[in-house]
Amino acid sequence: MIEFTLWDIVRNLLLAARWTIVLSLIAFVGGASLGLLFTVLRLSGNRLLKVMIGVYVDVFQGTPLLMQLFLAYFGAAALGFNVSAWAAASVALTLFTSAFLCDIWRGCLEAVPRGQWHASRVLGMDYLQTMRHVILPQALRLSVPPTVGFSVQVVKGTALASVIGFVELTKAGTMLNNATFAPFTIFALVALIYFALCYPLSRYSRYLERRLYDAGMR
Amino acid sequence: MTLVCVKDLHKSFGDLEVLKGVDLDVAPGEVVAIIGRSGSGKSTLLRCLNQLEQHDGGNIEIAGQRLDAEAMAPSELSRNVGMVFQSFNLFPHKTVGENVMLAPVVVRGVNKQEASRVAREVLDKVGMLEKFDAYPAQLSGGQQQRVAIARALAMKPKVLLCDEVTSALDPELVGEVLLVLEALAEEGMTLILVTHEMKFAHDVADRVVFMHHGRIHEQGDPKTLFNHPRTPELRQFISAVR
Repeated sequence: MIEFTLWDIVRNLLLAARWTIVLSLIAFVGGASLGLLFTVLRLSGNRLLKVMIGVYVDVFQGTPLLMQLFLAYFGAAALGFNVSAWAAASVALTLFTSAFLCDIWRGCLEAVPRGQWHASRVLGMDYLQTMRHVILPQALRLSVPPTVGFSVQVVKGTALASVIGFVELTKAGTMLNNATFAPFTIFALVALIYFALCYPLSRYSRYLERRLYDAGMR
Repeated sequence: MTLVCVKDLHKSFGDLEVLKGVDLDVAPGEVVAIIGRSGSGKSTLLRCLNQLEQHDGGNIEIAGQRLDAEAMAPSELSRNVGMVFQSFNLFPHKTVGENVMLAPVVVRGVNKQEASRVAREVLDKVGMLEKFDAYPAQLSGGQQQRVAIARALAMKPKVLLCDEVTSALDPELVGEVLLVLEALAEEGMTLILVTHEMKFAHDVADRVVFMHHGRIHEQGDPKTLFNHPRTPELRQFISAVR
């Protein structure tokens, strides 16, 4: 049996953490792009689109991410598509993220007081002018803290990708544990690395929120 | 000659009929104060005049422009009607100057220099020129309301609607806003105000309109109306607010 030093364990975990970061970035960038598209479509005034996006958001918010991953991986296989764990995890996490961000941003748009619409209307601005000059700049500022805050959920969500065989931080921890039988050390280290990734994001989100408060936006 | 002509105006919210046939003519330069209990329909009347609410029946004509059931383009309406709200509704992400300049630039296509010149002119009029680069959050309520008045004036409306513009203010800040409105009235601006400030209505308005249960119950020049109310409802209202 090969002996693992503590450094070996840490080194392997850190190497695997790269894939946690990459998967998080894919999910966040992809999810944000898709979420933005859905937010715009929702605002377009088309009732059918609005209902469909509403259902989409409800489905992804109302089912466990784990099931979404299973469906993306095993479901695709059952349908005859041979998808890698990489692709399945990326797709599932992207869809999951887009549903939540779309809903967060809808809330931010609605959080801009109705009086802003009335004032703009009375000054002669139409819907698009009001959106562009009055509503979006305010909604954008409101959206930054919860969006950054949600990115923490995305990072932690990537851990579930381990169950479909994607080797990221959690999966690497499980594999190392199978070889070393030192679960406490290993999973403490795994948790610590997640914390190191998430804590700065949480702090940044809180900082942004406070700045928003100071700017008198709330 | 009339600037605002309202005939048999009806408006319902679901089963609740808020306006039950209102007739009101306002001459250019006239200052009309609308008083009445909450729920009497006075704010709804004001909101129908600029299509924030769409009326169900009757006619509204402002400066020869008829407001039909079909909503007019906001930019068209803003040529005639300006409005100031109880809650100011300044744009919090823009400076005082930008608040005033936005609509002239975006809606009218006025160039920046001209918009800035007009903004300084109207801000000077309300005594807020030195706050040109401040943000709304840095101002008191009274100052914010004065900026909101300037913002409305920058669009050069023919009539300015004021919806309880002092109701959200601390008592010591009410005076500065009323002074601005009084100066506008003296300048010949046509004003239609929904107000709870009876003294202001008494001193500044040319005509006071008392609304009750969705109708104009009694109207007339302020001295007669306040000193010799004809109907028991107005008598009761006046004694209640004094």
